[in-house]
Amino acid sequence: MVEELLAFLARSLVNHPERVAVESREEDGTVTLSLEVAPEDLGKVIGRQGRIARAIRTVMKAAGARDGRKVVVEIKDQARERPQG
Amino acid sequence: MREEWTGETVEEAVARALHELGLPPERVEITVLEAPSEGLFGRGRKAAVVRVRPRPTFQEAAQQFMEGIVSYMAPEAEVHPPVPTERGWMLSVAGDGKGVLIGRRGKTLQALQYLVEMYAFHRSGEKEHVVVDVNDYRHRRREWVRKEALKAARMALRTGKPQRLEPMTAYERYVVHTTVQEVGGVRSASEGREPQRRVVIYPEGGGEGDDQPSRR
Repeated sequence: MVEELLAFLARSLVNHPERVAVESREEDGTVTLSLEVAPEDLGKVIGRQGRIARAIRTVMKAAGARDGRKVVVEIKDQARERPQG
Repeated sequence: MREEWTGETVEEAVARALHELGLPPERVEITVLEAPSEGLFGRGRKAAVVRVRPRPTFQEAAQQFMEGIVSYMAPEAEVHPPVPTERGWMLSVAGDGKGVLIGRRGKTLQALQYLVEMYAFHRSGEKEHVVVDVNDYRHRRREWVRKEALKAARMALRTGKPQRLEPMTAYERYVVHTTVQEVGGVRSASEGREPQRRVVIYPEGGGEGDDQPSRR
């Protein structure tokens, strides 16, 4: 349920909803959701000074608490993960 | 309603769509479905295909997005159509029994409101304000903020010392300022940085000295 909500929020905010992907893994009652969007849409889910990302995390935490689960949202930045050279 | 148009160029296809829909460019959403290609020596030339849809209004987009969120977080709750206010729109949700959409001190509600505003702007292209309310929380909170403001103003008068309120949102601080204006002999100012920004109520003629009490 939480992964669907995150996908819904992200698809609503970006210009390329078809490129939104959410992966989830659960460990000791903590769900880690990894959000991937098109590189040019990163700003749409992060926002100025991270305001959008913060709002998304607050909402996701509330959604998780409803089912007694802790939710952590990671936003994948492919440019940074790509090895240099 | 027709959604797809073709033309030799994207611009031409869009112009046709706008003409037929009778809408200015800022009122539509345009998706290029197929870019035109020249082909070789005019052969195999492909037309541009665009999808043009009227944009929703700010309030339509806000309601739609909120309904989506509510269907995941509080399916039993109901989203009412936004109503116009002095400063924008009020979007109310009723029946969130557990207050999932509100959170501690309205933190979740504040985050939802921000996302709704971002989304509605993104979809409609209209920059407007929206206040999201759940189970009449805004009203209850406003009454509480008013009570706190009056209490602090009286305390400032009695003790002659500035009274600092707890951190509040911009709207709540506005409520404090207008409430304090109803009380004579005190004035209020905001200090600190978001999200820790708070109102301090000063007794007039005393307290801090760098700006003069505005009395004429």
